[in-house]
Formats: sequence, C-alpha cells, structure tokens
Amino acid sequence: MKHVANWALNVAAQRGASYADVRVIAQRNRALTTKNGKVGNASDTESVGMNVRVIVDGAWGFAASSELGRGAVEKTAAEAVAIARASARVKREDVQIAPEKPAVAEWSTPFKIDPFSVSVEQNIDLLLAIDAELRSVEGITLAETNLNFSREEQWFLSSEGADIHQTKLSTGAGYAAYAFAGNEIQKRSYPNSFGGQWQNKGYELIEELKLLENARRIAEEAVALHKADQCPEGMFDLILDSSQLGLQIHESVGHPIELDRVLGMEANFAGTSFLTLEKLRTLRYGSDLVNVVADARQEHGPGLGTFGFDDEGVAAQCIPIITKGLFTGYLSSRETAHNIGLNRSGGTVRAEGWNRLPMIRMTNISLLPGEKPLSLEQLIASTDRGILMQTNRSWSIDDKRYNFQFGCEIGWEIMNGKRVRMVKNPSYSGITTEFWNSLEAICSKDEWTLWGTPNCGKGQPQQVMGTGHGASPARFRGIKIGSAFQGS
Amino acid sequence: MLTREQAGDIFDRVKKFSSADAVEVLFSGGRFALTRFANNTIHQNVSEENHVISVRTVFDGRTARAITNKFDDESLRRAVQASERLSRVQHSDPDLLPMAAPKDATGSASEGAARKPEPARHFAETAAITPELRAEGVRNIVVVANRHSLTTAGIFSSGESFEGIFNSRGLSQWHTQTSAEISITMLAQDSSGWQKSNSPNLANLDALTLAETAAKKAVESAHPREIPPGKYTVILEPSAALDIVGFMFSDYSGMAILDQRSFLTGRIGQQLFGENITICDDVAHPLQSGSSFDGEGIQRGKIELVKNGVVKRVVYARATAQRMKCSEHKDSVGPIEPTGHGFPLPNEIGEMPLNIVFAPVDGSQSVEQMIASTERGILVTRLWYIREVEPFEKMLTGMTRDGTFLIENGRVQGGVRNFRFNESLIHMLSNVEAMSQPVRASGEESFDMVMPAMKVRQFNFTEVTKF
Repeated sequence: MKHVANWALNVAAQRGASYADVRVIAQRNRALTTKNGKVGNASDTESVGMNVRVIVDGAWGFAASSELGRGAVEKTAAEAVAIARASARVKREDVQIAPEKPAVAEWSTPFKIDPFSVSVEQNIDLLLAIDAELRSVEGITLAETNLNFSREEQWFLSSEGADIHQTKLSTGAGYAAYAFAGNEIQKRSYPNSFGGQWQNKGYELIEELKLLENARRIAEEAVALHKADQCPEGMFDLILDSSQLGLQIHESVGHPIELDRVLGMEANFAGTSFLTLEKLRTLRYGSDLVNVVADARQEHGPGLGTFGFDDEGVAAQCIPIITKGLFTGYLSSRETAHNIGLNRSGGTVRAEGWNRLPMIRMTNISLLPGEKPLSLEQLIASTDRGILMQTNRSWSIDDKRYNFQFGCEIGWEIMNGKRVRMVKNPSYSGITTEFWNSLEAICSKDEWTLWGTPNCGKGQPQQVMGTGHGASPARFRGIKIGSAFQGS
Repeated sequence: MLTREQAGDIFDRVKKFSSADAVEVLFSGGRFALTRFANNTIHQNVSEENHVISVRTVFDGRTARAITNKFDDESLRRAVQASERLSRVQHSDPDLLPMAAPKDATGSASEGAARKPEPARHFAETAAITPELRAEGVRNIVVVANRHSLTTAGIFSSGESFEGIFNSRGLSQWHTQTSAEISITMLAQDSSGWQKSNSPNLANLDALTLAETAAKKAVESAHPREIPPGKYTVILEPSAALDIVGFMFSDYSGMAILDQRSFLTGRIGQQLFGENITICDDVAHPLQSGSSFDGEGIQRGKIELVKNGVVKRVVYARATAQRMKCSEHKDSVGPIEPTGHGFPLPNEIGEMPLNIVFAPVDGSQSVEQMIASTERGILVTRLWYIREVEPFEKMLTGMTRDGTFLIENGRVQGGVRNFRFNESLIHMLSNVEAMSQPVRASGEESFDMVMPAMKVRQFNFTEVTKF
C-alpha cells in the first residue's frame, strides 16, 4: 500500500503542498447479535480506502476515496490541494504544526486469539446460550446479545518521511435483559450497557468476561427491579461502580480537556469547554485523591484508546490530566499544541476510518486507583448513608461540560455500612468541578477496570470513536440524587 | 457516481458467484463534501467518495450479510462467500419471508393508493457545488459575524448520493438525490445563537438570513441572567421541538410492540396526546427527502400515525406484519400490513417511520405571535444531549443551548442561563397550546422532519447550569 501513499504524496508536493500525509486503511468488522432466541444480525464488513491531508497556502485540505488505482489516487490528492486553496480564501493566519521527528515503525495490538479465527458457529452458540439463560428467568420479555470484532490495518506516510504500519484489533461483547410489566420497562446489562465491554485485544476478552456465568443474576435483577422502591430524592453520599465512573470520566473530564473544543473548533456541534486556557495548572478540578491520566500506551492496558502512533504519526504518550486534584493537561494535536506552550503534540489525534479527517479524540482517560487497599465491599462498609449505582442507563451534559445528569440501571440504598434495599430508576446530577471535589474515597487496583466506550461522537461530519476509561469504584460526598424525576 | 446500469451489472456478477437460494444486493454511496469553520476561519475542509455494496444471501430460512466497497471480481466473490458462510451456520428462521418480488413492492394497500409521486430530489446545481462556492458562502457568514463583532463557527456541506436494491426475484429500485446544509453558531463573550437548514436543493437555503438570525440571538441573549428552574411555558422553535419528539418514533414500530419495548405497547387507539397533534409519515411530502423504498425494496406508504392525539397505528416491515397478525396484539394495534418502513435484513429492530410530517393546525401562530401571547415563559432555540431517562412515560432529559430567552408580558426580555429539562414526551404533547406552520426542520439529536414551533405549558426544567 506504500506505493498508493507515494502516488498521493508526489501529487501533493507537485501542486504546492507544504505538508502532506496519507493514510491507506483496510478495515474489517464482524457483528453478531441475537434477540429472543434467534440470530438478529450477522454481518461481515470490509472497507478499504485512502485519504490525503495537505497544507497549502497555510490552510488545510482533505480528500478521501475508496478507489486505489493510480488515476483515482492522484485525482484525490489534487482535490485535497484544491480544497486547501479554497480554505485559504477564508483564513486569519497560517496553520502551524508542531515539529515531530518522522517515525518509521511497525506496531500491532497484542492478542492471544484472533477473534476472526473463532468459528461463527461457536460464537452464535455462545450468544444463544446466554439468550436462553436470560429468558429462563420468568418475567424477562426481551433478551439481546452481541459480539463485535474489528481489525484496522493502516499505512501512514507523510511528506516529512514518516512511514508507519499499524494494525489495531478490538473485541466487544455484552447482553441486556428487559422486563416489561404494568407501566414499566426495566433493564439490566452485562458487563456494561450499550454493547458491553470493549477492549483492544483478541478473543481472550470473551473468555475473561464470564458472560454466561452472570446471565441468570442479571436477568433476575431486571425482574426484581419491578418490585424495588423508587430511588429516594435528596442529598446522599454516592458510590459509583467502575463502569458508571468510567462514563462519568468520559463526559466530565475526557471531553472538556479536548483542546480543539477549548479553542472553539467544535463550537457548532459538540460544543466548547469550561476549561479555558487560564485554568491550566491553576484550577482545582477535584479533591487530592483525583489523579487522571490520558494514556495511550500499551502498558496502560488494552483500552480502545491504546495504540502505537496516533493518526498524525505521533507516538503514544501518557499525559497527566489531573494531578492530586490540580488540572495539569489537555489533549492536543500538532496543530493545537502551541496554544498551550507545547513544542510537541500530545499524540491524541485519530479518525474513524479512511474517509474521515483525524481530530483530537480521547485516548484512555483513566482515574488512577487509590493507593491504600480498599475493596468495594469495604467502601460500602464505611458508608453511613448512601446510594450505590451500577451500570449506565442515561447520560447528558451541557455543551461546556458543567452540568450533568446520569441515570443508572440499578441502585442500592446503604445504611450503616450495609446494602439495605434495591432501588429502581436511580439518577444523580451535579456540576463537574463540584462533583470531582467531593470525591472522598477510591477503591484500589484490584477493583480497577479499563472500560471501553465504543460510541463516542464528535466532529462534522460526525465520527464515532472508541475510547478507554479505567476506574475503580469511588464515593462522592453529598450528591444530588433523583433530580431526573423531580416534579414528574 | 455509480449509475443504475452499472449497479445492475454488478448485481449480475454477484449472482454468478453465489450458490444461495436467493441473493439481494443493496447499493449506497456517493460524493460528499463539508467545509467547516470556527473562529471566523475555515479550519477543516473535507471531501470523500465511496461506493458500497451489501450482499445478502438466503439458504432455506437462513440469511446474513457481507459488505464491501470494492467491486472487482475477487472482492465480490469474497463478499458473497462471507455472506454465504454466515448464512449457512445459522438455524432456519420460520419467520424469514422470501425476498420481495416486484409485485410485493407496492407496499401499503390501505393508504398507498393515495400516494403522491416522489418530488425530484436531485438538482444539478447542488451536485455541482465546488469548494470555492462553499468558501464564498463561509466568507459571507464571517462578514455577518464581523459586522456584529461576533465569532462564528459552523458548516456548509453538499453532496450527491445514491441508494439501490436488486434481488434475485427481479425486484430493483434506485434513488439519487443531492443535499446541501448550512449550520451556523454565532458566539459572543457570554452568549450564543444558532441556526441550521438543509435541503436537497441549495436554492432553498439562505445563508445570510440564517447568519443574521443566529447573530441576533447571540446579541440579544448577552449577559444571561440566572432564573430558577421550575415549570414554565416554553416556546420551542422547530429544531428544538424536532430534537425532543424525535425520540419517540422508533417506538412506532410493529417490532417494538412485539418486543414490548415500545411506549405504545397497549396504548394504540388511546388519546395519548392533545387533540391538536396529528402526525403522519410521508416520504412524498414536498419538504421531505430520502428514497421512496425501504430496506427490502418496498414502497413507503403515507401512514397516519397519530390523529387528533389518538395513536392510530405503527409501521411494519413485511415479516413484522406477518408476525403481528398472529400475535396477541393483533386486534389492538390498528391496520397490520407492510408499510415500506423496514430496515435491511437481517436486523433486530424491524422498522421505523423516518419521514415525519406534523399536520398544520387551524389558527397556527408564528413564533412572534406565541411570544406576544405569553405572560411569562422561555423561548428555546436549540436543545442538546437529549437522552431517555424512563422508556414507558418517555421521560427525556437534555439541555437548552445557543439562545435561551426569558419572555415576560409578551416580550423577549433577554437571555437566561441554560436549563436542564426532565420532561415526559406524553405530557409535553398533551400540553401544546399553539403551533406554527410546519417547516422542514433540522436539529442534531434527531432526523429531519416537517415540524412546527410549539408553545408548551408546564415544561419541566429541573436545573440551571453556569452559562
């Protein structure tokens, strides 16, 4: 595929590009689902294409095509240059990109079992067995399961000499049980909502998740929610399980630290950020216990934000985002790094596929675990009065990322260190910095999970990206509970 | 752009490679370009061209799909083999129908006869939009921003696309259309305004009016004051109304009723909304867009979903209609027939109406008239990050954004800080006091619709944010 990239780079140079990069990408996906004892969807997808990104006359242009013949590739490169020239008609200053030593490298996601090597029969049998276990519980009216595998092979070449061949592999799996009765629909999911758990690793993830072993408990909880009391409204201490805390991190830390948002580049769609530039190294984002990193390196774990190089050819890095509660870092790109005084990109730029422009995306934005040993059960035991919430059901946050509201599938009231009753329709709300400053206890490494969020939307045209979020359960003091049902 | 004739040739090659009982190929793709601006400069500017085929094979009640964007013989053969491999390993599904024949494609019998021909949706001038023309459009928007000392961000996009379906029973359908869209945010120091419009025909878009309206909203909402959350009369401009009501239409599906995941389960035939709410799905409406056939090639019928607040019926794919006729719900869901709203098979969700048209009401009011008749209320330009909190009462949460105003004594009194709402759609559509004439509207949370502005009593704001 390098020859394809070189055709495009040559045309870009001939037509006056001061910088160009080319990504040639081959993607393969498999999706398998079941619903109520039948296969719902079974599909294989292949998508191959290339794109050219150029700077001409100090402005950006980008063009992409599924055609990889020489004529089509050269036409695509010429189109990118023409688009950049059009961009230059409405510019205030020339684009600056931070220097980057061009890398020549190979990188692949480590895995034990290639998920595409596992027979479809085996996978469907697994999903149907889970489905049957869920529906064996009286009161379950709908059972859904899914398995998803993807592989992306990318060749990145730039006019500066970068030459990177990278292959990323990801695996996802999960299920949900619904119980409809009276005027109410209750739902439980495992191991997480919205498709379950997703990581950049092989089929070994499926074996680790103990999917079938948890199916009956999940179905029984969905049915039991109908008899549970409504979650009380008021101010309570709140314990979040690690998957819900992962989404809390995503929405109230991951998005506001995107430097393109901060600089107004997403103002029309995804929004801006309350984290204006003067807050760097001055804002107390959270309590002293809050340590958050953006870590794309393999040693952080197999998150959906783990890679060797980003889509600008910058090597994976670990960036301290919140250090002992102090806001210390943004997610940056080659274009935006200079705005915060950096002379190198933070390496966080990715694109959904060959036909999309790379942009700043979360890598693995993780809350580091507590240093002192603390299990979830010990955390509950040390709570006088609170609510434990598990598994996200709804999520919403304003376009500067201040005010949020989350709903969870299930809650448990805690009194004097014990779970005293299940509660349904739990929700909580707050203001981002007030919330993180109320964090008073985090479970330790044994309870830490690196969750995958496969459906993060951003950009115009919109791109969907997978991000990673590591978290242990944590307790927050004096949080507003139940506002979703206030006044209803 | 791929032509119908070229697609036919590809389909013939796919058939040749397949040993399945039946073969279907979906075609989609085209050219798309988007010029994006922020901080009064073009900062992203992209184009793409892609053609995709999706091959479905069937063996004795078993079906699956493989998708590729490569049309050489080797790639087509690989896609066919992948589809066949996935099909063969499944259990036979007694509910899987034979692929639709041409005689099946006419769809809904009860209301289909009244179907109007689909309006032209491909415009040569729109297909010919260049990067230079989009840049010129952006420049004009920036001029408006500069005139008002504002910062602007947004998009100007254009495209030309095709959709097609061919199957081995002789059915073939083809659709082409163009599209153009402009979305503009104007930002002041502590306020913002927004407007968005799209159409198959660029001639229907007025960038300068959109820019001036967005700028006016940014200027007039400056220095927003904080007022307490609570229940207010709200005036939802069409984009805001669209984004919230859009969350209910996946429930107007026979499959959703069978799965007991629809809020309409047990409620069809009931007076669920106010008498002033009448909604249909009508792909042939002149302000609608999209193809006139569904994922199986069935013609989309005009379907009256709600009449005077009573939910009349839901839409059906072919197999869903067949299942519903044998279900416990069959006598309580209104007419049951394929309506031309199915998604490509195989899928889990069945069908959904995607060409929603709210009926005009006698005595419609402009937004200005609604404001003039409001003693105290909130004018909402745009909603954001809407999510379902509770599925059966259709309780939704979300935020206001980019132009939220206090109305007192019939006049806009200035901007207010943005609110979070938690509101039941059933409650909201039971409390609509007034509506404007429906227009083609576009938001960010839902699909485009023909939608009025709505004045709603007792809309539930539960929190206020910091800006």
